[in-house]
Amino acid sequence: MNVLPQCPIDEYFVLNLGPQHPATHGVLRIKLVMDGEYVFEAEPVLGYIHRMHEKMAENRTWTQFFPNTGRMDYLHALAYNHGYACLVERAAAIEVPERAEYIRVITAELNRISSHLLWFGAFVLDLGGFSPLLYAFDDREHILDLLESVTGSRLTYCYFRFGGVANDIDDDFITGTRAFIKRMRRRLPKYHALVTKNIIIVKRLKDIGFIPAEMCRKYGASGPVARGAGIDYDVRRHEPYSVYGRFNFDVPVYHEADSMARYMVRMDEIEQSLRIIEQALDQLPEGPVMAAKVPKTLKPPKGDYYHAVETARGLLGMRAVSDGTNTPWRLKLRTPCFANLLVFSEASRGMLLPDALAMLGSLDLVIPDIDR
Amino acid sequence: MTQQNAPNEALAAKLAALSGAEVRQTDYAAKGYDLDVSLTPETLVPAVTIMDEAGYFLETITGVDWLGEQAALRKAAEAAEAAEAKARADAQAKLAEETKPETTGSESAAATSSAAPNTAPGTGADVGTVAGAGAATNSGSGTATKTGATPAQDTAAQVPPPEAAPLPEDEIEVVYDFNRFESRHRVVLRVRTPRSQPQVPTILNIYPIAHWHEREAHDFFGIVFTGHSYLVPLLLPEDADFHPLLKDYGA
Repeated sequence: MNVLPQCPIDEYFVLNLGPQHPATHGVLRIKLVMDGEYVFEAEPVLGYIHRMHEKMAENRTWTQFFPNTGRMDYLHALAYNHGYACLVERAAAIEVPERAEYIRVITAELNRISSHLLWFGAFVLDLGGFSPLLYAFDDREHILDLLESVTGSRLTYCYFRFGGVANDIDDDFITGTRAFIKRMRRRLPKYHALVTKNIIIVKRLKDIGFIPAEMCRKYGASGPVARGAGIDYDVRRHEPYSVYGRFNFDVPVYHEADSMARYMVRMDEIEQSLRIIEQALDQLPEGPVMAAKVPKTLKPPKGDYYHAVETARGLLGMRAVSDGTNTPWRLKLRTPCFANLLVFSEASRGMLLPDALAMLGSLDLVIPDIDR
Repeated sequence: MTQQNAPNEALAAKLAALSGAEVRQTDYAAKGYDLDVSLTPETLVPAVTIMDEAGYFLETITGVDWLGEQAALRKAAEAAEAAEAKARADAQAKLAEETKPETTGSESAAATSSAAPNTAPGTGADVGTVAGAGAATNSGSGTATKTGATPAQDTAAQVPPPEAAPLPEDEIEVVYDFNRFESRHRVVLRVRTPRSQPQVPTILNIYPIAHWHEREAHDFFGIVFTGHSYLVPLLLPEDADFHPLLKDYGA
């Protein structure tokens, strides 16, 4: 893996996938050493949109870094908001009002569905089917409208605050969300009829692109990649942050470890997210959405803190080191796609190129999340 | 509950058996991790092997540049010493004030002179503990005792001229976060390495994901992971010869 052979035999040739290629969904380059149609070596080349968020954190106050969190995984920005808010709240011992916690869960889960819908559309597009993308974007549009009404933005959200959320949700949002749940529950069977049972999709995904459980552990792969390999691991279940511990939901696990398993995990997760949102709306308490006493200049006590959340792509860990000033001494961002992508180099070995691309799509990568 | 804790305790015991390792249980609710282990670079690979055998996965590798830590420790120690000296002087003045009418001058002088050598090393040790505690809060790490011990010995050994000792070198800390899929148990391994020549053995052969995490840490801090065969920039440009997360790198 370390040193690529410089075409040792005449039959090998190097193929550049990216940095601008529709299948990489962003500025990712993969240097492929090909043995005919088969992948011999795959070396992802990163850094095309590296922005050094971690250094930015050291030059900003804790609060000023907040907008950056929405710009790593832009498809599930609220999970990153959530992770960072929880991290700093843990460090500074800030209590969050109940209602704010519920709103966080509702919006973050809506965002998770929108992320999965975009992945669904783009993934099927990778495999040559165009119309599912239009269906998915139609549904996603409803979520974006809902979230826009409450957060003010449609993509790079910066909605959470230390100690709560920026705006309260209103009745329109609640009725809109309930209507969306109803709509989405009718749409999912259509997706399954149109895509999941489609013979072309099945042939492209089933028994192809194995990422077994042990490989997931060695590479620290998480999220749907690990759950598709039979690992029952979801941060929302294993270390329930916020109020996730109060809801009934299943963690979808498939044991096949192929591309189809990862596809099915995400499709089932949409259903589970709907369940969580429905319960959260039912239980939504009254009250304030911001903690009463949050200091203007936040100075968490000296020490280091860690917080993990489950994003649409897996485990997001943030490690902060505070030196007791209003600026982080160090902020480390452990993003799920970083670990999930390196798995590709090992798992793609010996695969047919089109199958490898299908597997790449099933990993659901977001490139700014890898490069940070 | 005890059944769940048993493997955790076995793991902690195994890690504690490594030479130079310091194992502390931490409060998950406050810190976000369960076990905090400080190691020397020599025992890192055995420790990571233990983690691998116990079925943990590597979450991430974090570098932390502790530039200015030693100066801060020294400053804190000096401040503590000055406060101590002032308190002692006050106490002596008070004592002298009180004992003046009853004892003669020569007796009180003898008393203070005999007391002085006793208090001086004692103070040095006290300062050491203060410095150690400071480092512990600074990094939340057990290597604190190592860093704390040096200034403590220095101040104790050379009480007459305290400025003479050169400042110990600042260090870079490398933090390894482990977790497991079955039930949450976050273990943090910490290793410290001198700032001017940061070197830590690679764990690439145990956890392949370390290949990228170590390259990233090399990009940002210049840490050399000995045994890593491919330490070329991962996220920085391919010809980058700077390490942006070092504290003396301007932004």
